Amino acid sequence: MESRNLWGESGIWITVLLIVIPVLAATIIMVVKAVVTLNKYLREQELEKFRKYVKELKPDELEKLERRKKELEFELSHNELSGDATPKDSRGLIDYVDEVAELRFVETKKKSQPRPSIDPVLTRLILWYIGCATFWLLFGTTIGEYLGIKFSAPDIDHYSWLSFGRLRPVHTNAVFWGWASLAMVGLAYYVVPRVSNVQIYSIRLGYRTLILINLSVILGSIFLMAGINNGGGEYREYIWPIMVLFGTGIILSLYNFYKTIAKRNTKEIYVSNWYVIAAMMFLLVIAVVAYWPGWQNGLGETIVQGYYMHQGVGMWFMLFNLGLMYYFLPQQLNKPIYSYSLGILAFWTQILFYTLIGTHHFIFSAIPWWMQTIAIVGSAGMIIPVVAGTTNYLMTFKGSWRKLSGSYTLPFYLIGIIFYFTGSLQGTAEAFRFTNLVWHFTDFTVAHSHLTMYGIITFMLWAFVYTIVPRLTGKEPPQILVGAHFWLALIGLLFYTIPLMVGSTLRGMMWMDGKPFIDSVELMAPFWLWRAIGGTLMWLSHILFAYNVYVMIKKKDTKKIPKSSKEILKMKMELEMENQVEIIK
Amino acid sequence: MHFFDDHKKLFRMALGLFLGLTIIIAVIPALKNQANNAPLPNSEPLSKAAEEGKKIFIANGCVACHTQQVRNVDMDKTWGNRPGIAADYAANTRIDFWRNTATLMGTERTGPDLTNIGIRQPGKEWNLLHLYQPRAVVNKSIMPAYPWLFDVKKELVTGDVELIVPDEFRKGVTGKIVATTDALNLLAYLQSLKQTPLPQGMQESEFLYKKKSEVPSASGADKLPDGKMVYANNCQSCHQENGEGLKGAFPPLKGSKIVHGNDLELYVTIIMKGYDAREEYASMGAIGTINHFTPEDVAALINFERSSWGNNGKKVSAAEVKKIMETLK
Repeated sequence: MESRNLWGESGIWITVLLIVIPVLAATIIMVVKAVVTLNKYLREQELEKFRKYVKELKPDELEKLERRKKELEFELSHNELSGDATPKDSRGLIDYVDEVAELRFVETKKKSQPRPSIDPVLTRLILWYIGCATFWLLFGTTIGEYLGIKFSAPDIDHYSWLSFGRLRPVHTNAVFWGWASLAMVGLAYYVVPRVSNVQIYSIRLGYRTLILINLSVILGSIFLMAGINNGGGEYREYIWPIMVLFGTGIILSLYNFYKTIAKRNTKEIYVSNWYVIAAMMFLLVIAVVAYWPGWQNGLGETIVQGYYMHQGVGMWFMLFNLGLMYYFLPQQLNKPIYSYSLGILAFWTQILFYTLIGTHHFIFSAIPWWMQTIAIVGSAGMIIPVVAGTTNYLMTFKGSWRKLSGSYTLPFYLIGIIFYFTGSLQGTAEAFRFTNLVWHFTDFTVAHSHLTMYGIITFMLWAFVYTIVPRLTGKEPPQILVGAHFWLALIGLLFYTIPLMVGSTLRGMMWMDGKPFIDSVELMAPFWLWRAIGGTLMWLSHILFAYNVYVMIKKKDTKKIPKSSKEILKMKMELEMENQVEIIK
Repeated sequence: MHFFDDHKKLFRMALGLFLGLTIIIAVIPALKNQANNAPLPNSEPLSKAAEEGKKIFIANGCVACHTQQVRNVDMDKTWGNRPGIAADYAANTRIDFWRNTATLMGTERTGPDLTNIGIRQPGKEWNLLHLYQPRAVVNKSIMPAYPWLFDVKKELVTGDVELIVPDEFRKGVTGKIVATTDALNLLAYLQSLKQTPLPQGMQESEFLYKKKSEVPSASGADKLPDGKMVYANNCQSCHQENGEGLKGAFPPLKGSKIVHGNDLELYVTIIMKGYDAREEYASMGAIGTINHFTPEDVAALINFERSSWGNNGKKVSAAEVKKIMETLK
């Protein structure tokens, strides 16, 4: 095989194209913002010139202007019809009149709209989920950041508990089961009852799930660091007694959601609930198949591992998030989803094709050849649900693009959707036999899993969290910090993944040329450094995110002087109450 | 549609579809595989020590960076003599009730594949030093160091395996560095990793995606491979890139009498059959035979060693080497 012929391979071209799309999207957003700023600046310049001219106005010109002004200012007294009676707005039609007077460095985005009030007990439960998830995001990515540094500084520490091989699964499992899973289930506690138009079946079950999942991640992390793991299958490193805790948590919430849907007040089951319930059922199937203690000898382990690893990603994280997206996106854009039927098509095809593709992690291995071929065909079939889903979301966006620049949550949605398209199709391109030759076993896989688990899942979850928490608590995060979070995370992700993909392509080609292995390690050094830099940006963005969550949940309002009539009356009532209390005393 | 509005029917249908596919694509193939699979008749089971060493390998997550699979593609030839087959993994069973089977196939090659490491790199001293501090033997390595697999003692007791560590890597350790049982077990496991040859009559599957063979030069004469690459792939991890070896472990080739001298027969014999004549250094395995060196490889290697690091020896041809190699068989 001629390895120089890299550009003749369709798989490579597809991948390059897919990398370019999000970069382009980010560039466009950036350019638009830059143009706006530039225009502002030019306008200012012109204004300055005009001021000079105004200063030197001649008396006769001034007089002319004054006269014209008077003429234009003539108006009726506006009470020709009503007389002198006080104006009244008895239906409260005029609202939200608020003037911004302070100096602005960044554009003010639209505030979140107040929603019909949610039961405060349920609110507390959801906030607990999001708070715990945020903790695991910080914990998991701090470990990830440290692991990234170890590629450039392998002798940074020599403690067994912190050695690379033990920490790596701590990182992956903490962000999978701690961050993403807790956030998803927590958000589902908002979505499931809302689209069923009933109260949640049981709050208590919700807390039990929360405790069980947290417990499993805490114990799992400690066990892994102590050197007790399940034998090396990726994302399957927790031993089964720990996964039983996690699974029990999911069973409880699944039952809870199922009961809620069963007593729904709507005739239809909204498509979000299809996805959420399916994801939870499938996760249990996957976990039982993968963890049942008493089978999987020899290659059986590898076959199950391929199935488990991919279904975990596609049937749990992806399916669940898509379901949440079917609720949050239309709600945030304030319009219905573009096509309900496309959502249903994507649902069934996702189940059909995704289930088949697990073995594509073991192409060319000792696994039966027919299974590898099915996996490749299934990978190509994934184009159907991915394109259906992306089209559906983008068409829902259509006509509302203007909202994008005025909202601090919608950019997260858009980037999540773009990565859903590019990240998923990149997976398809990677499964082609040639591209697999170059990229398999290299850090390309690491880049791909970050494009998907981070670019898709995490960006979507952030979008949802920023959408819902202000509605639950009535407190907004500082917009400038949300913006900083967004840009740091996105730029960090691109710095992380693009050098890794370039480096690992070169590395794979070196292997094909039969070059000494250690030379390929040396080759990767600068790319690994870039990865650490990108990772640092991502990590900083998580600190901002955690702070934003803190502000939304905890921070007391600073002393505010009441402005609206409602606030003034409330204050008066409180004062009167105090008075009465004193009188009673 | 009525069916979509009935939660029982809808969710049962989705679950049924997924369960059915799961059984077809995962459960049945896995069950079939474990039922119709046995280790090759000539394969050796792991020794007690190697069994314990494998547990150390698993506990420390070595599989994160090291695969153990030779794919049927040409580029994997470096890692084994034949592509892996299901039987190679058949001896792996559950570790215990609590922990799953560890076939340790892996998905990342941040470090080299280990399928055949017991043949490629069996040296005890090299492996122990490499575990204690990888950069002491491979200076560009980014593998973690495992000093906690070693004890520091004031005096040796019988049975202790002392490790000679170059001063710059001792990091202030003044006592004697001794391998623990864990380290020795891990070593035993690494040494046990060898591809079992297929029994007579069993057809090896082919390596696919072969590299196009290089265009033969017009003269057709002595076209040797790149000696530097042969050295880097097979010799460098002990004798080092600068040819100076490591004090107390691996002899220098720079200025070596054997490299410079005229005894070509001894030189070729060492490359092909190994060497254990000098007590102050670790013994060398039959590197050339293990790695199927051709006379061209050996000639290129000798020429490289004789013209590097200030060495200045006579060039040899593949034909000369071939003659000697034939007498060795």
